Amino acid sequence: MFSRDDKVSPIRLTAAQYMILAIFLVLAYGLWKLQVMESGYYASAAEKNRIRNVPILAPRGKILDREGRIIVDNYPSFSALLLRDSSRDLNADADLIAQGLHLDPNEVRTRIRHFAAIPQYQPIFLKEDITPDELAFIDAHRNELPELDTIVAHRRLYPRNGFMAHLIGYVGEVTEDMLNQPQFELYSPGDVVGVSGVERQYNNVLMGTNGARRALVNSHGREVGLLGETDAIPGKQLKLTVDVDLQIAAEEALEGKNGAIVAMDPRTGEILAMASGPSFDPNDFAVHVSRDQWNKLVTDPDKPLLNKAIQAQLAPGSTFKIIMAVAGWQEGIAQTLHVNCIGSAEFYGRRFGCWEKGGHGEVDLDRAIYQSCDVFFYTLAEKLGIDRIAKYATDLGLGQKTGIDLPNEVAGVMPSEEWKIRNFKQKWFAGETISVGIGQGAVAITPVQLLRAISAISMGGRMVVPHVINPTDMPPGYVETQQYAEVKNVKIDPTGWNAITDAMGKVLLPGGTAPSAHVPGIDIAGKTGSAQIVSLATRAKFKNSEDLAQNGWFVGFTPRRNPDIVVCVLFQGGEHGKLAARLATQVIEAYVDKQRRTPTKMVEKPKSGGTVDIGGLWTDPDSDGGREKLHGGRFVLDLPKKPLAVAIAAPGMHQ
Amino acid sequence: MSRYVSFRDFDWLLLVFVLMICGLGVMEIHSATMHTKFAGSHLRQIYWVLGGVGAMFLISAVNYQVLLERIHWFYIAAVASLVAVLLFGQKFLGAKRWIKMPGGNHFQPSEWVKLILILAIAKFFADLRHRELSWPDFMKAGAIVAIPMLLVMKQPDLGTALTYVPIAVMGVFLGGLQWKQGLAVAVLAGVAAGAVFFIPQVHILKSFQKQRLTSFQHPEDDPQGSGYQVEQSKIAVGSGGLWGGKGSQTHGAFLPVPQTDFIFAAFAEEHGFVGALGVLLLYFIVLMRLTQNAQTAPDRAGTFVVMGVVAVLSFHILVNVGMVVGFMPVTGIPLPLMSYGGSSVLFMFLALGMVMNVRMRRFVN
Repeated sequence: MFSRDDKVSPIRLTAAQYMILAIFLVLAYGLWKLQVMESGYYASAAEKNRIRNVPILAPRGKILDREGRIIVDNYPSFSALLLRDSSRDLNADADLIAQGLHLDPNEVRTRIRHFAAIPQYQPIFLKEDITPDELAFIDAHRNELPELDTIVAHRRLYPRNGFMAHLIGYVGEVTEDMLNQPQFELYSPGDVVGVSGVERQYNNVLMGTNGARRALVNSHGREVGLLGETDAIPGKQLKLTVDVDLQIAAEEALEGKNGAIVAMDPRTGEILAMASGPSFDPNDFAVHVSRDQWNKLVTDPDKPLLNKAIQAQLAPGSTFKIIMAVAGWQEGIAQTLHVNCIGSAEFYGRRFGCWEKGGHGEVDLDRAIYQSCDVFFYTLAEKLGIDRIAKYATDLGLGQKTGIDLPNEVAGVMPSEEWKIRNFKQKWFAGETISVGIGQGAVAITPVQLLRAISAISMGGRMVVPHVINPTDMPPGYVETQQYAEVKNVKIDPTGWNAITDAMGKVLLPGGTAPSAHVPGIDIAGKTGSAQIVSLATRAKFKNSEDLAQNGWFVGFTPRRNPDIVVCVLFQGGEHGKLAARLATQVIEAYVDKQRRTPTKMVEKPKSGGTVDIGGLWTDPDSDGGREKLHGGRFVLDLPKKPLAVAIAAPGMHQ
Repeated sequence: MSRYVSFRDFDWLLLVFVLMICGLGVMEIHSATMHTKFAGSHLRQIYWVLGGVGAMFLISAVNYQVLLERIHWFYIAAVASLVAVLLFGQKFLGAKRWIKMPGGNHFQPSEWVKLILILAIAKFFADLRHRELSWPDFMKAGAIVAIPMLLVMKQPDLGTALTYVPIAVMGVFLGGLQWKQGLAVAVLAGVAAGAVFFIPQVHILKSFQKQRLTSFQHPEDDPQGSGYQVEQSKIAVGSGGLWGGKGSQTHGAFLPVPQTDFIFAAFAEEHGFVGALGVLLLYFIVLMRLTQNAQTAPDRAGTFVVMGVVAVLSFHILVNVGMVVGFMPVTGIPLPLMSYGGSSVLFMFLALGMVMNVRMRRFVN
């Protein structure tokens, strides 16, 4: 027995100290054994101990048109890799490497420094799409430069000559800025991602997952064993709603011009064609775009990098009169309005001219639309007032993004009293309303907005969201496209709808504003527009210089009742809407031609070519058509295997 | 009991040696994480150490005897927190070890339970009235440690659970263990271990734990798993040689987690046998200084508290360094004071605070 404060046995405490000493002696022996006795063995083991992680690149998914024709494909190419796991001094070798690969030695060093933070067993890309002589250089220097290697990459092959370049977009190496954004956080430096257009919007679908090959390498950089391999998962292909045949027609119509053409199915919102001019060749971007080339694109006053269909914000000019007509009809003003046009009219103490200097005379809504009488719409605008105009225009989607599935769409402006106070801290002047009545003044819209508004009017108020992919075609689990099936209904009185679309039907007839664009046999309803960029007075001062020419607009649809295509054309510097109308009808013609060529009825359609027999009646060539010279018989026709005269892929896609 | 207590009696020498070890740890964390996504960990480690020193001063100001009086409440709270982890814990890498705290921090209760156990065992043995340990007391001491241990094993965190064992062993040994009892425990432990490893019907350890415990003997059989880790660790240590090398194992990412469990391997690779032995010497000095403090403690309970800390620290060093040199299996036990990690650093400094606490009161009775 001992008291509470008795000490613990000192012998046992000393024993504990000896135990600790024993433990430390054992551990010290362990260190001695590894680091002194066997250190040679482990030093060589460490030398041998190198894992190399070489990526297996996943190809991006192809981009197809609505009929499955290839628009964007891949082609195999070689990329030069720099392996950093050998014991070589990379900075010292940089000069020779740069010389062989035609790179700047400083660029090579910068790149080595840039990737210093990622593990050494991860190689870095030096140059993509190397030429045969660069490939030969690497092969010839296997011994001198063991750190150089090549890898097969799948490079993007885009259509020739900037065909559809704005809609498709292009890919590029993910940048530092992008990696800091949440949507790119799963990517690693060196990954190739979509930078613009569909390539960017649907990058998650198109981009695959790279595989990797893990190999053991010795200190000379030779692989001595394979540890494992994970296969690359290729990206999924993406089917667009675009029809390559219509796209070709749109691109041809826009050839060499500055502007945009968009065609859409008004029933669904599927974009059938979208062209913007001037264009650029994304194939130049896919490798390394040189600084000069890039600067040239960026500083070009015609802005070739801009997708004008969704990024040009301009005054709609007279095409806006259709929106005015709808607003006027819904408010019960337009149907009874009659105006005597004498070539100009005075509002709020200021004279507003009509484009027809001689005047249109007595004008009602019908004539005001197909002859585009300014004075009629000045009067209508005065009666409606800016806020009622803004209400209908906003309902029809003007001054807002349409929500199309392409990056960087702009909103434009639909002015109202409230808008002016909010942005300029100024009161709205009644005189400004008059200019808005003919689509001038502060109104600024994009072609795709106008397209969507006129599409809604052509469908009696059924407004769709434009989109370039079919939501039901998307891979399972991809739900971000549900909104494209949504439909909004704008109230339009059926009688008014009949009257307005009938008037639009007369625009391309004799007496309308664009009879020269008329195509016999196709019932096109539309509206021309020419919008001033600067006032006519300023323009006279600059002696009608080309830069200040007016923008031509046309928006139209066919057939007039139950349309299945609506087209919007912006022809910048196109002077007059009838020239824009001519471009639109080229696309509509291509569409109708294709529709008519597609057989709708056939008793027995051979699946792929083969022969059919048909019956026929004929008379002798030199006869007078008398009955006795009439012959009858059966023919056997050889049908070609593939239907002719439609594109089988976008230009530049072999196959 | 309250007498004159001064920070002049604080063990400044011990603190200097402890901070030297921490400094080497921070240096190695910096070197090992330099080009990885963990870069900057050394700064966080410095904050933990500073926080730990502060906590140490705080806990040394509270009389340990006051804590001992209330130890049963602490013990109940400790067991409750372990139950809470099992019920509400965050699952991370397949094990529930953390409780999410408000403010986004994670709290690992199994660390502070260690501290409670040291105190509980000290209190238990300080109150015993016999020079020789009786069988019932022997069983009771075992139970005090076994309850939280089983709860931690359930998480499953075998490594931390094992660190509770030396607390009991040290307590029982100093508390008057008879050689018959020692023999009985040894035989029982042998039979139990045999049963766990060789009788498939006994499901105490998960299969990955069994594999980890055995694979260190034949690392070549499992070149990618824990055997691979031991092999890489041995290569790292061995290639360091006498004076150390450039550390290709550490920087080439061959050595797993070089800033936490394998920090000693990383240090040994870069600083060689001389450097590694130096670190061991520092630890040895700290342990000897601690046992000296245990001898001069004012009462039985104080001695048990300090020796409990000695037991835990020695066990950690044995298992961690033993793992690094290939003598011990991979159990996920960090090297105290050197390995990166807030819970581990805080625990060590709180434990040292208890030691200081005891030392500062050595003249009061």
